[in-house]
Amino acid sequence: MQIENQFGKIKTVSEAMENIKDGMTIMIAGFGGVGSSCTLINEIIKKNVKDLTVISIDAGDPDVGPDHIIRNLQVKKLITSHIGATPTTGELMNAGKLEVEFSPQGTLSERIRAGGVGLGGILTDVGVGTLVEEGKQKIELGGVTYLLETPLRADIAILYAKKADAFGNLVYDKTARGLNPLMAMAADISIVDAEEIVPVGAIDPEDVITPGAFVDIIVHGGGKFKWGWQ
Amino acid sequence: MGMAVKEKMAKRAAEEINNGDIVNLGFGIPQKAIQYIPEEMTVFFHAENGVLGAGPSPEKGKEDENLVDAGCVPITAVPGASYFDSANSFAIVRSGKLDITIMGGLEVSEKGDLANWIVPGAIVPGMGGAMDLAKKTKKVIIIMTHTDKKGNPKIKKECSLPLTAPNCVSLIITDLAVIKVEERGLVLKEVFDTTTVEEVKEKTGADLIVEDTVKVISYE
Repeated sequence: MQIENQFGKIKTVSEAMENIKDGMTIMIAGFGGVGSSCTLINEIIKKNVKDLTVISIDAGDPDVGPDHIIRNLQVKKLITSHIGATPTTGELMNAGKLEVEFSPQGTLSERIRAGGVGLGGILTDVGVGTLVEEGKQKIELGGVTYLLETPLRADIAILYAKKADAFGNLVYDKTARGLNPLMAMAADISIVDAEEIVPVGAIDPEDVITPGAFVDIIVHGGGKFKWGWQ
Repeated sequence: MGMAVKEKMAKRAAEEINNGDIVNLGFGIPQKAIQYIPEEMTVFFHAENGVLGAGPSPEKGKEDENLVDAGCVPITAVPGASYFDSANSFAIVRSGKLDITIMGGLEVSEKGDLANWIVPGAIVPGMGGAMDLAKKTKKVIIIMTHTDKKGNPKIKKECSLPLTAPNCVSLIITDLAVIKVEERGLVLKEVFDTTTVEEVKEKTGADLIVEDTVKVISYE
């Protein structure tokens, strides 16, 4: 079926990849690779863009998710909550070849949301009394000590959705949602890899999780990870 | 031979879960607690990757690649389950809606400080959701061995490893004992039938308050 591309957002993978350049900050959605775009991750490796700052909830699992890009030495800094499932990431960090900034998972999510919704930061007491508070401003409010956590934004967000219409309204799939809706808001250019692209009007507005206003480029990658359990 | 030690700890932890609770289980032994929850109880399991109502693993061949737990292992969803993004997942945690979290520990202090996310210079996995869960869950239950591989106590006056969260642990379940963290200090509540109060005291690196009646746990 030919889908009308009246907003010009539906592009080929190679057209989408033209936006990704050396030195950029890239958000990669997904949790252990679930909810990540296999195709766009592979294309970033193929293009071999360098000096990236990657923001992701974890480094993925070996062979799925951001770990691939990190292992290919394309990343100078990783902002994340967990690298425990990917030994290479830890080795590069310990060898001084990769800077890693750890943020507690809920805090990381809210920092991305803050970046996306135009907030100047968030206050949270998670991390108070731990290494996380180092170098951060503390604010007392109502008798509670909070850390001021800064917002995160990126040049590019790499998203995965079950379904996108031609305007970019997105529907996700079960636990493949993760940071996708938050990162969609927090990047200058958000690129979604949708399993299915449908005409405008084919998604009930009640079912839309990410409004199309937050989505700039829609591709159908079609790539599939090989999971550890398979 | 009786029940394996890991199973005993998981079974004892499961006894803390009440009907209607919302519970998050860490990897490993905490996840074993699921099998000791009575069938007639309704418990909603929260997985931080974005599901409330995580169910058991599907049959082989029926896995859905987009339905997994926080360890990326395929699961099912129980009736009444819901999916959400990472911000809402931790909104459930930070808002105090999570009744119980059961996780592993490296060290617990006598004030209930928890260290379980980093061994500087050795293991640096990152905290994942552990800091949010430890700090914000109503009841934090730690399952761990009483001593490390060298026999050093893991329950100490002060943690020497970097903290996950200060003053957050409610209950410690070890291979030897069940210890409650209270305002007045660490209270020895129960010991497994494989040990004695004396042995537990000796292997604990902090003062233990021992009441007149310490229950002995015997699982067949």
